[in-house]
Amino acid sequence: MLNKIGIFLLSLAFLNIFSNLNAAETNIPNPPSSFTAQDHPWDHGEKIDLNWIHSLNHQTYVQHYSIFQSTNSDSFEFIGIVDPGVSSYTVEKLDREKAYIFKVIAVGADGIESSPVVTISAISPTREWFDGRRFPLFFITLIFCGSVVYWILRARGGDPLNIRKIAGLEAVDEAVGRATEMGQPILFIPGIQDMNEIQTIAGITVLSKVAQVAAEYDAKVEVPTSRSLVMTAARETVQASFLTAGRPESYNQDLIYYVTDEQFGYVAYVQGMMVREKPAACFYMGAFFAESLILAETGNTIGAIQVAGTAMPAQLPFFVAACDYTLIGEEFFAASAYLSGEPDQLGSLKGQDIGKVIVVIGIVIGVGLLTLGTLLGPTSSLGMTLISAADYLKSVILT
Amino acid sequence: MKRNIPLLITALGGFVLIIAYFIPATQGWGEVAAIWFDVLASIAFVLGGGNLLKIHLKNISDRKIGWAYSAVTLAAFFITLVVGLGKVGVNPNPQYPDYALSGHYREIGSPFWWLYEYAFKPLTATMFAMLAFYISSAAFRAFRAKNLEAILLLSTAFIILLGRTFAGVYLTAWFPDWMSGLKIENLTVFIMSVFNTAGNRAIMIGIALGIASTSLKVLLGVDRSYLGSGEE
Repeated sequence: MLNKIGIFLLSLAFLNIFSNLNAAETNIPNPPSSFTAQDHPWDHGEKIDLNWIHSLNHQTYVQHYSIFQSTNSDSFEFIGIVDPGVSSYTVEKLDREKAYIFKVIAVGADGIESSPVVTISAISPTREWFDGRRFPLFFITLIFCGSVVYWILRARGGDPLNIRKIAGLEAVDEAVGRATEMGQPILFIPGIQDMNEIQTIAGITVLSKVAQVAAEYDAKVEVPTSRSLVMTAARETVQASFLTAGRPESYNQDLIYYVTDEQFGYVAYVQGMMVREKPAACFYMGAFFAESLILAETGNTIGAIQVAGTAMPAQLPFFVAACDYTLIGEEFFAASAYLSGEPDQLGSLKGQDIGKVIVVIGIVIGVGLLTLGTLLGPTSSLGMTLISAADYLKSVILT
Repeated sequence: MKRNIPLLITALGGFVLIIAYFIPATQGWGEVAAIWFDVLASIAFVLGGGNLLKIHLKNISDRKIGWAYSAVTLAAFFITLVVGLGKVGVNPNPQYPDYALSGHYREIGSPFWWLYEYAFKPLTATMFAMLAFYISSAAFRAFRAKNLEAILLLSTAFIILLGRTFAGVYLTAWFPDWMSGLKIENLTVFIMSVFNTAGNRAIMIGIALGIASTSLKVLLGVDRSYLGSGEE
């Protein structure tokens, strides 16, 4: 009897093991198929696109796909995982000089892996002659630059161009005149960035006009800089302005000097100098950061007439609060054209207006698509299409 | 010649950077142009140092107002230069124990590190901290309700400031759900994300167009005022 029970229990145990083995076998995800690797189009030659067809039982058993790469088929390096519903992956940061082999494995619950699928042949990423993602930007750049050049040529041809009055630039004569009357120096700060910053260049162009007026009035312009190259450029500019004004002998290069590259070290020096020498007019033209308010408030305290211009949006409120006149963003870049009055430069401002028209068209199209799409609802196909189009405009064309 | 060569270099450097942005094959050229700028800027450090010495020595020599500050500046300049370049107090790199200057100049505990941590950083922090007082005085002046625009500005600023404090949130916490949009913290978010963002973007668009136009003028040599006036 005991033997019979023993045989029965043993049979049950075998049956149990057998059924478990069967379950484990059926839980194994099938490998994906048609695994291909292709060069990513219109890129710098550092990406490869991988595509595959899902495992037959991917909806049931696949938790994710694991991707591996190798430059030789012996050792594969893990590079990422993708969700089971996804059947493509773009490998980035590859070397054009190397050939790569890729491997994909479907991974199920408890880390059970399918048999690996490997690309048939090695592939190297290739670099395209043009970065296709930037084509919309290239097109916009061409239109914009074309319009600027076109209007410069029109202006050269004698077309009359008007520019609205900019109070901050009209005040240059007033500020310099005041400094002359008071017998105090003029302080000009061309920002705290180097010559590779376009705002510094814009600041230096304003300096040329300020220095010319100062030379005509026989006033002293002091330019402490926080970069050596800016000092050199400012010296050349001021010297040329004094020459243009017919007073080359009044030029003193020691008034344009280097202080320090350190932001707050520079501020400490300029602030101390302002308190000691009490300049009658202060110009802040360039790229500024946290020091903007410290400088402008100190200038306000000593009663100087102050004109500021910057393209740093975060600093504009500080300048508006503390200065008499502030050139906001594009006004600052228009200063050179405004002050020189040269047709060439005024023409470039007209070309800039074409850029504004492009922006307005973009805004109207984007807002229109998004509003209509939202009104129709993302559930309707038309609504979804409109929302997708707005998203494409924002994230592909304008990015 | 004095103006044409810099113009040529500017145009060449600028157009190379533009081309490198769109054409991947020329990306290396853009990197080379950027490296050349770094080289120039590094050389300019010597120019800056020389100018610093000249100006401050002259201040001391002429006994100008504040000449003592110039003396302090020069003393600090020389001490930092000697300690940094000479790697004073820096231990040799363990990989090269026989070479006295193989250690890193910013080694923790070295005199240069000490100067940075206990002299430079506190001084910088002090200057930055002064900003708080300047913000207060500027705000006091800016928020005077002298006309309609100033009143609007003052009211908006009041809501924003209050909405970012516990007191502001507490003040309107009793509003029922259907009035939740008027809770001060929600009003703050609305003002910042709608009105403020719209205004900011308008300025940003103007700036972007201004930068593009100015860059083009510089590259084409239309605007040469940064090189001096028109005369050779």
